[in-house]
Amino acid sequence: MIRATLRRVAPQIFILGLVLLLNFLLSPGFFKVEMHQGRLFGNLIDVLNRGAPVALLSIGMTLVIATRGIDLSVGAVMAIAGAVAASVVTEGSHWLVAVFAALGAGALCGLWNGVLVAIFRIQPIVATLVLMVAGRGIAQLLTHGAILTFNDPGLVRLGGGTIFSVPTPIWLWIALALIVGIVVRRSALGLLIEATGINERSARLAGINARVLLVAVYLVAGLCAAIAGIVVAGDIRGADANNAGLWMELDAILAVVIGGNSLLGGRFSITASLLGALIIQSVNSAILLSGMPVEFNLVIKALIIIAILVIQSPRIKHSLYLLRASSGTQPPVERPSAPRRRSAGTERITEEGRT
Amino acid sequence: MPTDITPVLHATGISKFFPGVIALDDVELTLYPGEVHGLLGENGAGKSTLIKCLTGAYARDGGKIELDGVEISPRDPLSSQEAGIGTVYQEVNLLPNLSVAENLFLGRQPRRFGMIDQRRMVRDARTILSEYGLDIDPARLLSSYSIAVQQIVAIARAVELSGKVLILDEPTASLDRDEVQLMFSVIRRLTGRGLAVVFITHFLDQVQAICDRATILRNGCVVGTLKLAEASRTEIVTMMLGRQLEEVTSRADRGVPGDVLLSLEEFGRRGSIEPFSMEIREGEVVGLAGLLGSGRSETCNAVFGADPADRGEARLRGDPLRLSNPRAAIRHRFALCPEDRKTDGIVGDLSVRENIILSLQARQGWFRPLPRARIEEIAEHYVQALDIRLASLDTPIRLLSGGNQQKALLARWLATDPAFLILDEPTRGIDVGAHAEIIALIERLRADGMALLVASSEMEELVAYSTRVIVLRDRKQVGELRGDEISPAAIVRAIAAEEEEVA
Amino acid sequence: MRHSTKLPLYITIATFLLAYALCIAQFPSMLSTRVVANLLTDNAFLGITAVGMTFVILSGGIDLSVGSVIAFTGVFLAVVLRDTSIHPLVAFVLALGITTLFGAVMGAIIHYLEMPPFIVTLAGMFLMRGLAYVLSTESVPIDHEFYDWLQSLYWKAPGGGRFRLIAGIMLLVFLGAMIVLHRTRFGRNVYALGGSAQTAQLMGVSCARSTIMIYAVSGGLAGLAGIVFSLYTSAGYSLAAVGTELDAIAAVVIGGTLLTGGSGFVAGTFFGIMIMGLIQTYIVFDGTLSSWWTKIVIGILLFTFIMLQKGLAWVTTGRIPRASASAAQS
Repeated sequence: MIRATLRRVAPQIFILGLVLLLNFLLSPGFFKVEMHQGRLFGNLIDVLNRGAPVALLSIGMTLVIATRGIDLSVGAVMAIAGAVAASVVTEGSHWLVAVFAALGAGALCGLWNGVLVAIFRIQPIVATLVLMVAGRGIAQLLTHGAILTFNDPGLVRLGGGTIFSVPTPIWLWIALALIVGIVVRRSALGLLIEATGINERSARLAGINARVLLVAVYLVAGLCAAIAGIVVAGDIRGADANNAGLWMELDAILAVVIGGNSLLGGRFSITASLLGALIIQSVNSAILLSGMPVEFNLVIKALIIIAILVIQSPRIKHSLYLLRASSGTQPPVERPSAPRRRSAGTERITEEGRT
Repeated sequence: MPTDITPVLHATGISKFFPGVIALDDVELTLYPGEVHGLLGENGAGKSTLIKCLTGAYARDGGKIELDGVEISPRDPLSSQEAGIGTVYQEVNLLPNLSVAENLFLGRQPRRFGMIDQRRMVRDARTILSEYGLDIDPARLLSSYSIAVQQIVAIARAVELSGKVLILDEPTASLDRDEVQLMFSVIRRLTGRGLAVVFITHFLDQVQAICDRATILRNGCVVGTLKLAEASRTEIVTMMLGRQLEEVTSRADRGVPGDVLLSLEEFGRRGSIEPFSMEIREGEVVGLAGLLGSGRSETCNAVFGADPADRGEARLRGDPLRLSNPRAAIRHRFALCPEDRKTDGIVGDLSVRENIILSLQARQGWFRPLPRARIEEIAEHYVQALDIRLASLDTPIRLLSGGNQQKALLARWLATDPAFLILDEPTRGIDVGAHAEIIALIERLRADGMALLVASSEMEELVAYSTRVIVLRDRKQVGELRGDEISPAAIVRAIAAEEEEVA
Repeated sequence: MRHSTKLPLYITIATFLLAYALCIAQFPSMLSTRVVANLLTDNAFLGITAVGMTFVILSGGIDLSVGSVIAFTGVFLAVVLRDTSIHPLVAFVLALGITTLFGAVMGAIIHYLEMPPFIVTLAGMFLMRGLAYVLSTESVPIDHEFYDWLQSLYWKAPGGGRFRLIAGIMLLVFLGAMIVLHRTRFGRNVYALGGSAQTAQLMGVSCARSTIMIYAVSGGLAGLAGIVFSLYTSAGYSLAAVGTELDAIAAVVIGGTLLTGGSGFVAGTFFGIMIMGLIQTYIVFDGTLSSWWTKIVIGILLFTFIMLQKGLAWVTTGRIPRASASAAQS
């Protein structure tokens, strides 16, 4: 099991190692971690901490993408969750109440997306576009267009505090990943999600409750987004409906894709997505450390991402496969973008392969 | 067909290798102008591979293709089309979101002052289609017409673009009887114009009705080419299978059916299947016979809750039961092997192992995963019991042959220990060996006391295993045959009887 | 069945007319050429972008990079006009060349590397925004007499509405797009690709060429939108036009084009833009409503139109069996 996972995420670990090495070369002190006033400091810690929102989002996004879906609304849901938490806490309620209210808002958003996708059978990219457009408006409605600041220590601690010297967001995303990962892999959910993503009709006819499963997956994505929204709000001690989580859905999708998960659904790995999120954050860090003008950040990030994506593109993979095939191993029998007609040839191969 | 006419297409020594496999071995195919040439063989005999080599979809590993005496080497289906070889597949390869006229003229629309001349395009399309006996409005969307019409539009396009050889790959598979006749009349018009037509189908009666000659393939080799006027059906089948198949299947003793398991009363679904009543007993195989579109699959899907019935009631051992979705049916130990394995059955990218345990796991629920050892045990058991041939249980199921996929699907359902098994076309598109095994399995399951509902378009097959046969026509039950009444001839009579009444 | 594909278009037009009528009922002063002229002028850059987006969406793709391309073009023009003595017209040609090429490269990557358009154009979005930053992080004003001249061009309609040059450009772009989409082979190939790329390829459509051209059109039109935007604001700013891609997609969907591709009309997109512009105008007229209501209302509209199309598709598929039965008999 662990070996299979390692083999699966090997490319991501390799890329992450490479980017971290680059960080180290740019700044030899990169791996140095210091204790300062009961809090760990260091570039590496920063990567783990700053990467938290995208990591959190990527957990839910992985599941959504595994079902052949996509959730464009998570950034807007972050803004809503932050706005809800801030407005509840500024009205004097306990921070836990605020957290649960925010989680409830996230769940509600997820439910809305899930129902549109699973019950009304709307294409996920369209269904979640609705909330992506309207969500930020709703968040602004909650904050009345201003940045709603708060000083509640409980809420602030979630975004900017520490537990056992380690920044809370790091705990949060690792804990959430473990919980979701264990629930999904120790139960049958993982298999059922993958089956639904590969062939929903077959899955339904095999007795899988695909609808509820789909709703559940979007619900989880909504919850993840809500947690990310709370973290971001806690960090800046305020809810910024305009900018909280802005374009973060794109980073989250990117993290999942860099994690080698196919946008066409099916097999998924949360670990790989998290590595993808860390890769993105490490790239950001490397650009900062390189001391290059800040203006170049986006360009370089774009170029690195393009490079990673090109390496992982199905076409390139296929060519590599053929290259190996010509040196003896068997070529892929059918491309993933499977031609609709079964060829007599492939049948024979598999028959023969056994004898 | 006099042999002194020069062939329009002459392919010799066609060979194609896949790693470790010879898919085509020195195949020869000769087509004369104006003939309909059947291409016959079991699944995996190499028909599709041959077609793909001719059209350039595959690069052949050996051999020569001459078209009108000139050697050609198509790189892809497009270049073979330009050379003169057009192909029409069972799934219509046209664009449903464009108009009929646009589908005919895509890429070569008539232009005036650089702009597409819509009016002329529609007018030309109407002229072309009228040559095929179609009087339809070409300005309408392709998707607003039936598959048969779309099929003929595809033929028209292929002929317009190629004009020498037309390859029809199972064009009649999803057509009903009238539509097949329409198709045949189109084919005859084309051969009258001197086209050579290659016709691939699983229906032997259609081969005999339309083809002049046939080339028979087995295991990638040509077994022979015959003139159909001189060949008997037994001869063809023998050549295809390489062994004698008994024309009349013997009917084994059916035993005595047990208690009533499921009874349906006025069960139906609007627009899909007329209300019907049916009883199914333990230890009984109920066959569903009828032409395509007669409501066989619709019946299966309604009973399983895949397309839930909207009227009538169902009772399981006397207790009322709601069959509103597949899960409800599965909870009551129903199982359905659907007609279309690819889209409704297998989960292609999952391993064979996962495919086999999928339904059992789904029934167990999300949070009660099957233990690893148990999964292995179940999968191993059924691979052996059903003789599923695969390299490893980890193989994605999409890489298996049709027969093995079907067996894996059967394993999926047998693993749930069903009381009532519905099989929709269990032997469609699978090779003869697996065919016989599945029929034997049906027999064995019945003897063990399972209740089965089997829909099939193959009369002989229905005769071989059914305790009773229910005959459907126009989405209605029109008759029932029991015991010794069941014979292919009787089934055909039952289907036809209604037809005559109507006519 | 021909009617059912045009039905969403008619519904969009009807929605616009109804909404406009309601607006007039509340604020009679909204019935003036001035409002109409402003509607066209204020949304000119968005409209041009949305035309490119219509091409992309009709072909079954998506282009997230357009907003960044607009910003890049604006900054590029501003910097070039500030730092060199190049005539604006030459700068326009340069900008259009760059953005068209940029779109073409994205199209090539999408086609040849078989990567999802979503991801490729997402990377393109980062890249273009980044290049805009590199050119200048600050807003660069454009001060050129040619610009002043262009901005001074307008046709004054009776009633005081000033139909400016950029509104005219937008209308021309819409007109051109209609002709290209419906009367040229390239245009029909766009629809063919949206129906099924695989089938289109089998039918002889060059997917490579078409895909590259489609994204080139989208990139080029985004570049043109950038030029129009710079005429509109007289400045180039790297943070401008953030989220324009979303507005453009929304306009296309509200205009009745299926996001799955293959079905829709560029005329619908025009009315989609007009509906969105109308909402903003209404909020301005009302004066008490906050700007975020725009987003919420557009979200609701999106939802409504998506559900509407769902309903239409449902009705249509329900009708096919009957249609085919009659066709088989004929």
